[in-house]
Amino acid sequence: MKRVAVLFIVLIMMVVTGCQQPADTGADDPHGDSNGAPADNGAPADNGEAAVPEFGPEYADTIVLATTTSTYDSGLLDKIIPVFESMHGIEVDIISLGTGQAINIAERGDCDIILVHAPNLEDQFVEEGYGTERWNVMYNEFVFLGPNGDPAGIAESADIESALIKMQEHMEDEGIAFTSRGDNSGTHNKEVDLWPLAGIEVEGQEWYTSLGQGMGDTLITTNEMEGYTMTDRGTYFSMMDKLPNLEIVFEGDEALTNPYSIIPVNPNKHPGVKHEEALLLAEFFISDEAQKMIGEFGKDTFGEPLFFADAQ
Amino acid sequence: MPEMFYMQTQGALLPHKIIENDRAFPIRYCPRAVVKRIAAVKQEERNMEAVNALKLLLTFDPYVYNIIGVSLRVSGIALLFSTLIGIPVGTILGLTHFRGKPFVTALLYTGMGFPPVVIGLFVFLLFSSVGPMGSLGWLFTTKAMITAQTIIAFPLVSGFTMAAVLSVDKNLMKQLQALGATKLQASWAAIKEARIGVLVAIIAGFGGIISEVGAVMLVGGNIEGKTRVLTTAIVLETRQGNFGVAIAFGIILLSITFIANLTMVTLQKRHLFASE
Amino acid sequence: MTEKSYYIRNLLKKYPGFELEIKDLSLFKGEIFCMLGPSGAGKTTLLRLLNFLEKAEEGEIIFEGRNFSYHSNTYPLEVMRKITTVFQRPALLKDSVWKNIIYPLKIRNQRVDKAEIMPLVEELGISHLLRQSSRTLSGGEAQRVAMARALVFKPRVLLLDEPTANLDPTNIKIIEQMVTKYAAEERPTVVWITHNHFQAKRVGDRTCLIDGGLIVEVSEKDTFFNNPEQQKTKAFLSGEMFF
Repeated sequence: MKRVAVLFIVLIMMVVTGCQQPADTGADDPHGDSNGAPADNGAPADNGEAAVPEFGPEYADTIVLATTTSTYDSGLLDKIIPVFESMHGIEVDIISLGTGQAINIAERGDCDIILVHAPNLEDQFVEEGYGTERWNVMYNEFVFLGPNGDPAGIAESADIESALIKMQEHMEDEGIAFTSRGDNSGTHNKEVDLWPLAGIEVEGQEWYTSLGQGMGDTLITTNEMEGYTMTDRGTYFSMMDKLPNLEIVFEGDEALTNPYSIIPVNPNKHPGVKHEEALLLAEFFISDEAQKMIGEFGKDTFGEPLFFADAQ
Repeated sequence: MPEMFYMQTQGALLPHKIIENDRAFPIRYCPRAVVKRIAAVKQEERNMEAVNALKLLLTFDPYVYNIIGVSLRVSGIALLFSTLIGIPVGTILGLTHFRGKPFVTALLYTGMGFPPVVIGLFVFLLFSSVGPMGSLGWLFTTKAMITAQTIIAFPLVSGFTMAAVLSVDKNLMKQLQALGATKLQASWAAIKEARIGVLVAIIAGFGGIISEVGAVMLVGGNIEGKTRVLTTAIVLETRQGNFGVAIAFGIILLSITFIANLTMVTLQKRHLFASE
Repeated sequence: MTEKSYYIRNLLKKYPGFELEIKDLSLFKGEIFCMLGPSGAGKTTLLRLLNFLEKAEEGEIIFEGRNFSYHSNTYPLEVMRKITTVFQRPALLKDSVWKNIIYPLKIRNQRVDKAEIMPLVEELGISHLLRQSSRTLSGGEAQRVAMARALVFKPRVLLLDEPTANLDPTNIKIIEQMVTKYAAEERPTVVWITHNHFQAKRVGDRTCLIDGGLIVEVSEKDTFFNNPEQQKTKAFLSGEMFF
């Protein structure tokens, strides 16, 4: 029995010490890069992650950026955050959550800065003193997706109102569904605000399917159901090849812009946040260099960018 | 037959445009029939994806290995702590009588079936910067994840240990004491008598936490390179529609669990006379 | 005069619905003291008081000159470790026979000297079983292992609660011979509860009859069996006593 216990403890020791791990608590990270292992210098790593230099910089500090799942999944941050990290030697831990949750943890002071796209919530956030200031970083557009071939001819609609009305008719006639994120995210709130423009009440409608899920999951579900949904262009592009049953059926209306802002958490509310470093990140996002990268992101892949730079 | 043109970007192949009959269609404006053909091709590619994703493992991809390492570290340490506390507690509960024992027992059983994500929420509120233990700065680190998983595994380990120890003959305990064993020595002998059940307790604890996703997502934040574990990686990849990769991670998770359990079972078998 | 090991005075042990009362009883070193009596008479209760696993409500037990009265909080471990008990059904650990036998030495942190233990093992006829799992033993083999375990650390007091009640004649003989041999060599105090008064006649130096929580008679072997003082004893020996 003693031998078993010894073996057990040895195994655990191996687990504890053997796996390369950077320091967790944001203190100095001596020799590893943020992936915990050296990668090939300059070569693209798998899974869409940005290439990381062989011996990473010694990070002086770590800040926590909370953002939404759709922002994270677009892959933009994987592209531009490493630039910031090597510029300033500050490591950025990115947490992707639903909009509501991201704002909630910012209000708690569990992160140092947020990047979200929910104007009303953002205003409230700053007004209540949780955030210092709101900087526009970029915007993209929401688009409506529908079954391939656009059987209802939604694309020909002149404006958002008629598009929605046509959509409703088609859904009621054919028994097709509209999938809503239903998770109180920025995207969801935007979608909810659009229906009244066309005078449509979604409550109680058979075709209105509220999922309570993030953008990616919602799109996958919509693809399976061959129905309608609203999404941001970025997420759609990044997942396009997994959504063979859908295509864009409506876009371009003014009402469909989706602005992203970056807001540092107010140190007056939470003295423990790393405000200076967060400011550096905010300034980086609105800097020319970052704005250019944002404007280019996605061009080589999709033929057009996913986001439009918006900093004044 | 339409020809699809791909763009190579960041390790993934994404459709860019299709050329059919000398007409070029950017992918968005493809006729339905064309899209259907492409979908068929994509399906086949997706099937390859799982295979390719498993190759990630074989080529020692650091991203994958980091995730495996964090998973093992977090669950391994949590299991260690929950075992160190859980086995003695379960033994005491199994061997002693005290006032309020039914209450404590029921509490333990409740803990065994308790939704892990609720424990995650509780730990999150504990370590949040406005929470009582926020000053530790453990939120969004593996320390918080280990805490949550220890709490999740503890009722499993102690509950099963208690059940195993209960089945030890009380006469044996009396006999051992009559031979000069202290209460502690007799308790240790009881644990050894019930060692198969105790092993099951450990296996149950491990199984419960290595496959847990809600709590570690909440308190860890799924931060790449730091707090991303197999389960949260699966959630991420699924959300982004990379089913092949998600399945590959799932296979890795299953393999790890299987190997761990196999190890424990063989260790037990090799110890003399442990098997029934 | 042989030394006293136990002196019990005004002992009262209460259970719901039952009381054991012993006004005056002495046990001596080097003797085999048999206890006879019907079921529920209090024999096992007395045994449990003698190995200090339980405490009486009133009275005193003076063991090797030290007084353990009812208000003693703890019995010192080194005292308890001089005493060994063998029960009717052998409670062995799920382990090899050898591991079972040396258990008392292990918990006392004493050296295990195989050469020293082998005579005991051979005497009990279990030397070929040492590597076996305890679960593969027959009833008789198991009890012999329990006996070896009980004697391996050379106890000063040997308490036996109907140790041969479930055994066949061969095993009974082995056990009886073992105990008498040990008693002759090491001169411990042996208290032997048995149902079988023939056995008591074979092995006991003194015998007592307990009934209803009271001692009926304590006598030397000859007196007890041939010319008992009490009427009850006569009735018991002739099988007329109703349980």
